[in-house]
Amino acid sequence: MHIEVRGLNKQFGDFHAVRDVGFEIAKGHLIGLLGPSGGGKTSILRMLAGLESPTSGDIIFHGKRVNDLPPQERGIGFVFQNYALFKHMTVFDNVAFGLKVKKQSKDQIRDRVMQLIELTGLKGFEHRYPHQLSGGQRQRVAFARALAPEPQLLLLDEPFAAIDAKIRTELRTWLKEMIERVGITSIFVTHDQDEAIEVADEIMIINKGRLEQKGSPWDIYKNPQTQFVASFIGESTMVEQVERLRGFEEAANWPGTQALIRPEYIEIGKRHEFRIPSATVQGRVKHLHFRGSEWMVEVEVGDIKLITYRSLEKDVLQPGEEVHVLIHRAYLFNDNDTWIMENKLKEDPMPVHI
Amino acid sequence: MKKVWIPLTYLVFIVLLIIPILKIFTGSWAEGWSGFIEALTRKQSLHALMMTGIIVVVVTVLNTIFGVMLALYLVRATWLGQRIKNLLNSLVDLPYAVSPVIGGLMIVLILGPSTALGAFFEDIGFKIVYALPGMILATLFVTFPLMVREVMPVLQEIGAQQEEAASTLGAYSWYTFWHVTWPSIRWGVIYGVVLTVARSLGEFGAVLVVSGNIMNKTQTATTLVYQDVENFNVVAANGVALVLAAFSVGLLLLMEWAKKRKEVH
Repeated sequence: MHIEVRGLNKQFGDFHAVRDVGFEIAKGHLIGLLGPSGGGKTSILRMLAGLESPTSGDIIFHGKRVNDLPPQERGIGFVFQNYALFKHMTVFDNVAFGLKVKKQSKDQIRDRVMQLIELTGLKGFEHRYPHQLSGGQRQRVAFARALAPEPQLLLLDEPFAAIDAKIRTELRTWLKEMIERVGITSIFVTHDQDEAIEVADEIMIINKGRLEQKGSPWDIYKNPQTQFVASFIGESTMVEQVERLRGFEEAANWPGTQALIRPEYIEIGKRHEFRIPSATVQGRVKHLHFRGSEWMVEVEVGDIKLITYRSLEKDVLQPGEEVHVLIHRAYLFNDNDTWIMENKLKEDPMPVHI
Repeated sequence: MKKVWIPLTYLVFIVLLIIPILKIFTGSWAEGWSGFIEALTRKQSLHALMMTGIIVVVVTVLNTIFGVMLALYLVRATWLGQRIKNLLNSLVDLPYAVSPVIGGLMIVLILGPSTALGAFFEDIGFKIVYALPGMILATLFVTFPLMVREVMPVLQEIGAQQEEAASTLGAYSWYTFWHVTWPSIRWGVIYGVVLTVARSLGEFGAVLVVSGNIMNKTQTATTLVYQDVENFNVVAANGVALVLAAFSVGLLLLMEWAKKRKEVH
């Protein structure tokens, strides 16, 4: 289902939960609504479902305005954060609920439910009650129940929040596969950036009720358009006076400019490890943290503290050791503007033409 | 200390509960089986028991329907402002605070034959005070909080999510109520029904004021016991009291069972 939202606002008394949000979603896409808790993501999802009515704005499904349609008539499936399974019904009856409401024949219901139970890997559990299932199984039931009436749009509110970390990654892949196989337009809410990046085709970043940026995960990582997006996606260190770093002196032309530097923009090592040593600056290793698959290194350049990662394959550094630091680029922003600045020294001072 | 307190507790228990029940039991058999039967088969006894029965049934049905509805509105309705909800919520408890006699008096003052409303109803041939409708009204007033207070916490605890899930699956409110909400609140409702039955069986003050206690017309089992005692007809009073007590014990057992089910579910 093609979805369009225009100028959506929601106020709860004095609290402005959603401010002027607008977006379009193409049919069959899997969208992640990402942002900190309390940012208005769930409110947007509930308005799409019809469980909450917008203060102003239009919600358009397939070119038809659905603001005044109740949830029963919007053709959506909703997976709640705590699944909201009917606890007095078996797995079978939970999945069959939407079909019974539609007064389908017994055989039809049976076929559809068994098909979904098989699809979601719940075979053998159809006579259990929700309290006899594990968290992951409950989520599968909620998913199957939402899909049973063949909705045009699937909405998932923090679908993995209540599941322990190990099974969560497994379920993520499973859900992505499942949604691709069914081919249904889906929107899910999450506050976990890894989850959004891994699962979604497109991410919408929501902060304080506003839509900050919409795009593919790679796009958002590469070209963050606001300071919030830059700091929320990926890891980063904030540098107040970036002009004091070699190669970024030009930043002084814009007073009041600060910088975000991601760990992966920074390389550290011995002098011989760099192709253009002249672009590096001297730094001192402050702390080393073993992160399982790599070292996280805190390094000081002058009085600026930076964080980066270093491969386990390279020589092990020691705290207090002098190292060369190469900063490839920084993400600069001030009150009016945001842009990316490459290290000026990286352009070879003595290019050799062959 | 223990040696004093444990026997004292037993003593209070025996004096307050066991001895009165035994006394009612022996009192009603003081003239043997025939005395007991006669006390119960008097015309006024049969009529009073029937009145009590009618009141219990009608009050329980009305209180269940409106109590569950009010509980649903107070917990779920989004169209009621929070302030109105809070006001209604505290008003529900009013009958707990007001003495039943005063409750009955309020009904007489509003709907009595000398008031405009009462006169109007009497003109169209519908007598309220000193008749069955007034007695039902008085008992409803007294029992009103029981159902609401049983169902509200259950509704709050289960939350609205299951109902919202049902709505996204295409179910409208009536279907959702019977298939999703009702199975979760039914033990609370049954508990409320038991409490309502017990309270309307035993109601005395409010009914006495509203009914006028006219024998064979507006007399209930409790007011009959009161009159028998006044007339020194102790055997009859004990007989009717025993019937009421037996019902209460039965209800008590039912209540224990319902309470257990409520906790399990």
